[in-house]
Amino acid sequence: MKPFTYSRAASVEEAAQAAASTQGARFIAGGTNLLDLMKLQIETPTHLIDVNHIGLDRIEGTQEGGLRIGALVRNSDLAADKRVRRDYAVLSRALLAGASGQLRNKATTAGNLLQRTRCPYFYDTRMPCNKRKPGSGCSAMKGINRGLAIIGTSEACIAQHPSDMAVAMRLLDAQVETMAADGARRSIPIADFHKLPGDTPHVEHALKPGELITAVTLPRPVGGTHVYRKVRDRSSYAFALVSVAAILGKDGGGRFAFGGIAPRPWRVEAADAAAPAGPSAVAEAALAGARPTAQNAFKQGLTARTLASIFRQEARA
Amino acid sequence: MNAVELTVNGREVHLQLDPRTSLLDALREHLHLTGTKKGCDHGQCGACTVIVEGRRINSCLTLAVMHDGDHVTTIEGIGTPEKLHPIQQAFITHDGYQCGYCTPGQICSAVAMLDEIAAGVPSHVTQDLDEVEFSDAELRERMSGNICRCAAYPNIIAAIRDAAGKGKA
Repeated sequence: MKPFTYSRAASVEEAAQAAASTQGARFIAGGTNLLDLMKLQIETPTHLIDVNHIGLDRIEGTQEGGLRIGALVRNSDLAADKRVRRDYAVLSRALLAGASGQLRNKATTAGNLLQRTRCPYFYDTRMPCNKRKPGSGCSAMKGINRGLAIIGTSEACIAQHPSDMAVAMRLLDAQVETMAADGARRSIPIADFHKLPGDTPHVEHALKPGELITAVTLPRPVGGTHVYRKVRDRSSYAFALVSVAAILGKDGGGRFAFGGIAPRPWRVEAADAAAPAGPSAVAEAALAGARPTAQNAFKQGLTARTLASIFRQEARA
Repeated sequence: MNAVELTVNGREVHLQLDPRTSLLDALREHLHLTGTKKGCDHGQCGACTVIVEGRRINSCLTLAVMHDGDHVTTIEGIGTPEKLHPIQQAFITHDGYQCGYCTPGQICSAVAMLDEIAAGVPSHVTQDLDEVEFSDAELRERMSGNICRCAAYPNIIAAIRDAAGKGKA
């Protein structure tokens, strides 16, 4: 690891001010992704601001009948929360499908949204990577890309977003609440939070330098059957090849979001509209414009079959 | 250097550490508690699992300085050769290891994991999120963050099941 200095913030305001006044500073919460990347010198902050002691660790009801989840609520606590289990089961299921018990005890709600891709070339500092080193080229395009994205990609980058939690948050139309270094607060719809790579794959989200996520807010619960189905190379503790978050209504309607196939949690309005026509129509709408590689073209069929499995299970229930 | 105060296995310790020092390295290299093992050092294998403030975590993926003021339990605090913890005894009875390198992490993980089941925390394989049942499938899923390169998994599960007093689940 490159040397860095460390400070512990006592409040949200103190954390934001520290970020504004210290060049090269990063916030650290759970640290399970950031420290891993720092050991490999993919991330090289010169100062860490520990935000673990600034509150933001509660889950509260909102006036609108939704939930406000503090940025520092641990993944294990969010998954186990009684209101989340009852009203947002797809979120519990997505969280429990990710990582290990040890990691979920550390990882936070905000940190999970910000985790970086697991593209092998992003991790291999000897190889070109436009995300790690802008303009250096993409090694994945002609390399080992079986696990990478098939849609929403660009000539510059085909890395996939690794999160399970974020897929459920996208399905639930969450809002990301932030505070900027100057104290200004704003609320970003999750649809606008994660960026597609385009020519700038190193720009992954809408946060400005020093801007801190304070909470993630969920709107009122959406009734129906909540499902999170994750397909991976082993049955536990592995990233998704394909995952589908879904809420299926009794009237044949539904909404869908997808993980493992795109640079951000993937949701397409036309796919929701296609629900009454069945799983093949949903898959076709969700994957319109996909540009898979020879190695990961299987993810198209796998997405369709995962949807078919979810529909079949709902029909039996 | 940063001053770090920890309570490790009930004993208060005061350290001066480079902020880069992981909790794992603080335990092994500075406190000489070498029961906790370094496997991958990237949070993938679970050999470094310790219990901090009652919860199991990977000590390789956190900085010691972030835990200033915290209570840490390592394998040395779980039991002793004279007074084994029931899970330690069960690992011996059921031969829950071969080389033994992952075992301290497995045992720390199992101790905290059984508390999670007792608290009703659901897992990926829990059918009804509100009714957590005790089963081999639950144990396997909940222990998936602890890799055993010797593949002693069947005996590890048998040991945990036995220590939890559930017999054949």
